[in-house]
Amino acid sequence: MMQDAGFIVTSYVVTFGSVLLYAWYVLRRGKKATEQLPDDSKPWL
Amino acid sequence: MVDIATGRSTQSTTGTHATRILGIVTLVGVAWLILFGLFLSPADQNQGESVRILYLHAPSAWLAYLAFVVTAVASAFYLFRKQHSLAWDRLAGASAEIGVLFMAVTLVVGMLWGRLTWGVFWRWDARLTTTAFLFVTYVGYLAVRRLGGTPEQRARRSGVLALLAVLEIPLVHFSVKLWRGLHQDASVLRPDGEVKLDGLMLFTLFSGIITFTLMYAWLVIHRTRTLTAEDMLDDVGLELALAERRRESIPRTNEEKGALLS
Repeated sequence: MMQDAGFIVTSYVVTFGSVLLYAWYVLRRGKKATEQLPDDSKPWL
Repeated sequence: MVDIATGRSTQSTTGTHATRILGIVTLVGVAWLILFGLFLSPADQNQGESVRILYLHAPSAWLAYLAFVVTAVASAFYLFRKQHSLAWDRLAGASAEIGVLFMAVTLVVGMLWGRLTWGVFWRWDARLTTTAFLFVTYVGYLAVRRLGGTPEQRARRSGVLALLAVLEIPLVHFSVKLWRGLHQDASVLRPDGEVKLDGLMLFTLFSGIITFTLMYAWLVIHRTRTLTAEDMLDDVGLELALAERRRESIPRTNEEKGALLS
């Protein structure tokens, strides 16, 4: 039962941890790229 | 923040009011899924507590399929529409990247579930093997996108590959029917329409699918906008380099003019 809990918690940590890391990477790259462009070059603004 | 070309101040973000709301709704969905997946849904009669891993495994596999289909559709729009808009190519690239992430999550989480249920992390079962093959194919797709050339060359090359790679998805999905193996058959999307899940377990599974889809939407919007900004930055960089080269080629002193004439 305890071993099951370890595997189950690991699967949740791996899933949400990897998504969180990727989201951070995307936001960081986005910030780096957009800070060098004028606002009229950003169609989403 | 200051724009490199004009010196004007800019907003350094790929976010908007709408994406911030989407992000908050997604976080609520994640909390909801953890609550139901880990605490409120019951243990399975056969699988026991390990069924809780399936609330992540099945939605992440669904999301990888969705992401790869979006990549193929966006690539088809790029290749077959008259305008050949690079916006479609950026959407395809962003979606494939997210698909690879979720396919990796599917494999890792599936291995953890397999260890508890089958007693082994990995077997060369038809579903596992075809899924691994799909993952490697899209890693290759991302590698092709990073080859040199113009954005148009990148879009054409990767677009053709995306249309071929998507054909693997039916093979992965129906592999459990085509070859008898260890992996269980579908519990929800069955050809006979029967649903083999308890009410609360089904609810938790659908909560996972909705949460993961919201996650995908948030990620793909931000990643596509980042790729757009990076492409524009490449254009600005190229223009600046050309302007610099032109300035260098104009002789400024009488000696330089004389040297050019002689």
